[in-house]
Amino acid sequence: MARILVYAELDRGRLAPIGLELLARARELGEVEAVALGPGGAEAAVTLGRHGARRVLVNPDPAFQEYLAEPATDCLAALIQPEPPDLILFGFTSDSREVAGRLAGRLGVGLISNAMDVEFRDGTVVARIPYFGGAKVATYRANARPAIVLIRPKSFEPSEVGGEAEVVEVAAAIGENSRRSRIVDRRVEGQEKVKLEEAEIVVSGGRGLGGPENFHLVEELAEVLGGAAGASRAIVDAGWVPYALQVGQTGKTVRPSVYIAAGISGAMQHTVGMKGSRMIVAINKDPDAPIMRIADLGVVGDALKILPRLTEAVKARRQGS
Amino acid sequence: MKIVVTVKQVPDPNSPQRLDADNTIARDGDVVLDPGDACGVEIGLRLKEAHGGEVVLVSMGPERAREAIRKALSMGADRAVLVTDPALEGADVNTTARALAAAIGSESPDLVVCATESYDGSTGMVPPMLAEVLGLPQLTFANHVEVNGSTVSVHRQTEDGYQVVEAPMPALVAVTAGIAEPRYASLRGIMAARNKEVRTVGVADLGLEVPAPAETVEGVEDAPSRQQGEIVEDDGASGVERIMALLQAAKVI
Repeated sequence: MARILVYAELDRGRLAPIGLELLARARELGEVEAVALGPGGAEAAVTLGRHGARRVLVNPDPAFQEYLAEPATDCLAALIQPEPPDLILFGFTSDSREVAGRLAGRLGVGLISNAMDVEFRDGTVVARIPYFGGAKVATYRANARPAIVLIRPKSFEPSEVGGEAEVVEVAAAIGENSRRSRIVDRRVEGQEKVKLEEAEIVVSGGRGLGGPENFHLVEELAEVLGGAAGASRAIVDAGWVPYALQVGQTGKTVRPSVYIAAGISGAMQHTVGMKGSRMIVAINKDPDAPIMRIADLGVVGDALKILPRLTEAVKARRQGS
Repeated sequence: MKIVVTVKQVPDPNSPQRLDADNTIARDGDVVLDPGDACGVEIGLRLKEAHGGEVVLVSMGPERAREAIRKALSMGADRAVLVTDPALEGADVNTTARALAAAIGSESPDLVVCATESYDGSTGMVPPMLAEVLGLPQLTFANHVEVNGSTVSVHRQTEDGYQVVEAPMPALVAVTAGIAEPRYASLRGIMAARNKEVRTVGVADLGLEVPAPAETVEGVEDAPSRQQGEIVEDDGASGVERIMALLQAAKVI
């Protein structure tokens, strides 16, 4: 039976959802151990056990949450010896991808990043990755062992299967020289009223809005709909809105009931983060924009005119009912 | 301060791309300096302007990548190293990181600046692998960089804001595309770039062995596509009506 190690990321002591998503797939593929490093690991182990982890490896050293990547890399490199698992799964999240990258660099094994799915075929690991603007899917085979695969958030639905994990405290094994990139402060900005990843409706804006002074049109529609505002990478890069709003490959993955894309052309960078939405509405001046090809409803027109009218229409309906 | 900036030539994101018969992205189209790397070059130049020193570009790719290197040199970088070798064609991320690390390591920089991810690959794995192979701390997703004495400090983007992260130099910083608007090359810069050194090195020069790829592509198929829905022209009211009908059908209003 295949042996799989799931890297369960902790965010300041709390289990990040990606770990449970990875377990939902991993437990179908073989026998699963999870590793939860830093304070809060033992508490996380209870949840990880209910989601199918047989054993959870923990260490409460605060260095794991104070420093980027290196302490976790040291610990993982030590704990997978002498018998590395067949597969190590990470989430394709900012923190996990750095640990995965360093671990793969240290082991010299390479990795498969940005995957949507993973399985064993003829005893080796294969993973599926969006390719060529998301129009294609490429299947990669991992030739090295352990195979390291990074899975996009929200690729799998977490579900409990019951069960209790054996909790094993492992050595921190942090190297002398690994406490270097230190997190000295954390600041919150662009705090949304409704969490973008959990919103039932997301209204996102892009370059087609013309300028940062028009983004309020997106926010106002999101607010009357009880949803959250999002943004394309283009306008985050341009400094119109904070990164916290970015939907897409380098941003958040969302799966709302309705996704409204206003003035967004639909580059793969964006669409991989919202393609799983139940309904997609695109508002764009260009009928040939790629976003139109994945939209359930594409409205060819000026977002600056349509957004405020839509906001008024929703308000009127709310008052009428 | 010696600053190495990694740069890559990529297919022009603004021109249409097509696949070759073997499902690899056709490389004969328009190519540009990766827009993310242009931001890295900008940060390198600003740090040099503030602290003095030298900005050295390191790139890996075919001979043709000289075009992108020239662009970055004309922005103001001092010189460049191009890692190019037929043995590196189709290199996996592990080999890419090791080849870049070998070229960068021989420069002994104080700071290595990378883009968070390339425009064409977008897997973002080279910076952490590179940091590991070079034995450097990494400061990533940086949308603000400062150097104070022997310490580098960044604002690292997070889901709800940012972290302030600092590390002793030498270090590797991966910057986001939003960090700074890349400058335009001046005419003088373009002229000067013609005389700047672009040294090419191959795997033998770097003492590298290129192993068999750690990952291989098994196949490429069409993605399960969403059905294209309806496209309507907004005539002043119809667009809003149709969207309202959809929101009601989806039971969200």
